[in-house]
Amino acid sequence: MSELKRTPLFPSHEALNARCVDFGGWEMPVQYDGVVAEHQAVRKSAGVFDISHMGEIMVGGAHAVAFLELTLTNRASTLAVGDAQYSLMCNEQGGVIDDLYVYRIAQEVFLLIVNASQIDDDFSELKRLVVEFEKDRTVNVVNESDDLAAIAVQGPNVNLFIDDVFSLKGLINVDKPTDLTKNQIDVFIFEGMNVYVANTGYTGEAGFELVAPRDVITQLWDRVLDLGKDNGIQPAGLGARDTLRMEMGYPLYGHELNNTVTPLEAGLGYFVDLERPFQGQSKLSSQKNNGLKRKNLGFVMTSKSPPPREGYSVYIGGKQVGTVSSGTQSPSLGKGIGMAFIDMPHALIGKEVEIQIRGRYYPAVLSKKPLYKKYD
Amino acid sequence: MTNIPEELSYTKSHEWVSVNDETAVIGITDHAQSELTDIVYVELPEVGRTLLRGEQCAVVESVKTASDIYAPIEGEVVAVNKDLEAAPEKVNEDPYKTGWFFKIKLSGEPDLSGLLNSSSYSSEIEGV
Repeated sequence: MSELKRTPLFPSHEALNARCVDFGGWEMPVQYDGVVAEHQAVRKSAGVFDISHMGEIMVGGAHAVAFLELTLTNRASTLAVGDAQYSLMCNEQGGVIDDLYVYRIAQEVFLLIVNASQIDDDFSELKRLVVEFEKDRTVNVVNESDDLAAIAVQGPNVNLFIDDVFSLKGLINVDKPTDLTKNQIDVFIFEGMNVYVANTGYTGEAGFELVAPRDVITQLWDRVLDLGKDNGIQPAGLGARDTLRMEMGYPLYGHELNNTVTPLEAGLGYFVDLERPFQGQSKLSSQKNNGLKRKNLGFVMTSKSPPPREGYSVYIGGKQVGTVSSGTQSPSLGKGIGMAFIDMPHALIGKEVEIQIRGRYYPAVLSKKPLYKKYD
Repeated sequence: MTNIPEELSYTKSHEWVSVNDETAVIGITDHAQSELTDIVYVELPEVGRTLLRGEQCAVVESVKTASDIYAPIEGEVVAVNKDLEAAPEKVNEDPYKTGWFFKIKLSGEPDLSGLLNSSSYSSEIEGV
């Protein structure tokens, strides 16, 4: 087994007595005080996550927009400078190589934030596509994952202190982080370095993702914890990140997504624009025209049950109709929730199903994502 | 600090056993509950089931994972802690008292060989 990689914040996690696990080859904190406490901190006050394992790939050049239009499912051309969108990169069969966030940080420069486990696959695929794409056109793809680190600061109280992290105005559009609208990014100076601050996250709460040179990430982490301490901030691990994203019905690569699942099957059609060519587009178009064979939906357990887990089978009337892709006990709802791939024609919101857990069958209902809504 | 009562016997798989005459009460240790954290479900054996030593007989589920529980001693299940159905968090709060799992009637003389005393269990989990 190869040595696990560590982020520059690893000593901070050790000092906080975090329990660490192997996550896609990285030794990452799964929890500090406990998954539920950290989950509730993010829902009710604030939490800070180390997301330095995630990858940062820069795509720049005079034809960067045209390149991304041909490479990703969502339309990078619609982004103004300082805006961002969720997108996916598919293989020629329409399977997902990765899901990612695309930030337009300058007219001709895009920052792609990608999954830790997919950095190498993404980068080699992008380089391969660059060779195909360039003829008389210019695009550069640079993997900055080793130089950049990142934290996510998430929760309803984050707006109370995030502006105090920085003393100067943003370099792109806004004066301060709380001026950023959803999916907007700017650059702020911290300790003399450029830090990208984006109004994005994977928890369903208000909050920001901060991408910084690895040399200043520990100072940034400490500063956020210090400024947030009167607002209930807690360091939060991957365990809480997982329960938070499941409540929102957000996919996680390796669970809802992989290179044999298409974005349409994953229920991410909103982020796929089939009206122009991109890698995988013809397969996705024909899948759309011919109808899906399965689709990923959320579900909620409707009686007392063990927590649903990945790999459990989904039944209707004694017949298997699907498989759970992610599941947990929702800390916010106090019941089992999850996502599952359900065969057509059964993949309908409101359909009653059963989840098989250790040979017994427990009732659940297929449900619209997000599975948890704060303001119902 | 992990609580390891002196009067109990332990297994390497983090169950505790309290033997009184012909019955034994079984649960999971303070160390185990603290490692699992946030216990949300406990599946207990059927009353009347006969357990062999080392047999998988219960499941404890935290938010993150499901963990198997093994019978530390042989005998018939005569009672289970029904309170855990509605309040599995009792295992976190009080693993040696209100968080007990099940009670078994021993098949014969209690065979405590292979079980650990508190100091051996303490060295077992040290540095874990």
